[in-house]
Amino acid sequence: MKRDYFTCRELVELVTEYLEGALSARELAIFEAHFSACPGCIAYVEQMRQTIKLAGRLSADSITPQARDALLLVFRNWKKVGSNA
Amino acid sequence: MTSTLPANTDEQRLIDSLRAGDQAAFETLIERYHNQLLRLAMFYVTNHAVAEDVVQETWLGVLQGLARFEGRSSLKTWIFRILTNRARTRGQREGRSVPFSDLAVAEAGAGETGVDADQFWPADHSSSANGWVSLPRNWNELPEDRLLSRETLARVQAAIAALPPTQREVITLRDVEGWSAQEVCNVLEITETNQRVLLHRARAKVRREVEHYLNAE
Repeated sequence: MKRDYFTCRELVELVTEYLEGALSARELAIFEAHFSACPGCIAYVEQMRQTIKLAGRLSADSITPQARDALLLVFRNWKKVGSNA
Repeated sequence: MTSTLPANTDEQRLIDSLRAGDQAAFETLIERYHNQLLRLAMFYVTNHAVAEDVVQETWLGVLQGLARFEGRSSLKTWIFRILTNRARTRGQREGRSVPFSDLAVAEAGAGETGVDADQFWPADHSSSANGWVSLPRNWNELPEDRLLSRETLARVQAAIAALPPTQREVITLRDVEGWSAQEVCNVLEITETNQRVLLHRARAKVRREVEHYLNAE
């Protein structure tokens, strides 16, 4: 792209690359030039950051007791074989 | 999210304890990774019972391979690579061989935008071409107990559950479980670009759901 600006429509599609540090130096400069002057895009990026934080608050479900028991059996057998070897 | 250094120390302790036959260390590992492994296995095999089987084999493989583990990758990555290898073999034997990476390429390839097109003025608009029609709301101005409410979290969870499978997997690993981009690429065997595209689409859809919810009153 020869242009030296991003539109809002373009910027929202680059947010993840921005947050992941994956923009090239040139893209980053163009991104930040727009970003520093656009309240809409500032709010949008902030919403993305909040979304990431919200996802981080979800807890992963834990192992079922049945699976746990089965695996502890696997572990004990492994240990028995190991100590006999 | 966990940083790399404490995780390594933590992993080294776990490895040492496991080699010494410490059951508590094994319990820590299965608490941490079992369900993640199960979820991932389901991408490769046809049913839940087979996936359970593959994960159990994986844990046995971990225990048996522990003596040979050299720490060239993280323990976590090593465990998940054992899983994906076994799950793939099993899936192929079952005649189902759509590797995660192929699905990922397909799902990352489809044209899709993170924000509805009508949120922006059209390209021929005289003063605000492709700019916001109405500015997104600043969520920091919301009361914190609203933004972080149980209802909001339930919406986030539902939005993630409704995503296409590879997007769901990537956002779950990255944002819910706190994996690094590199770990996700290594385990799922996808390129950095695909990882980022999937993550971007997933986050954008979840954001949109939260926005609908927060704007609905």
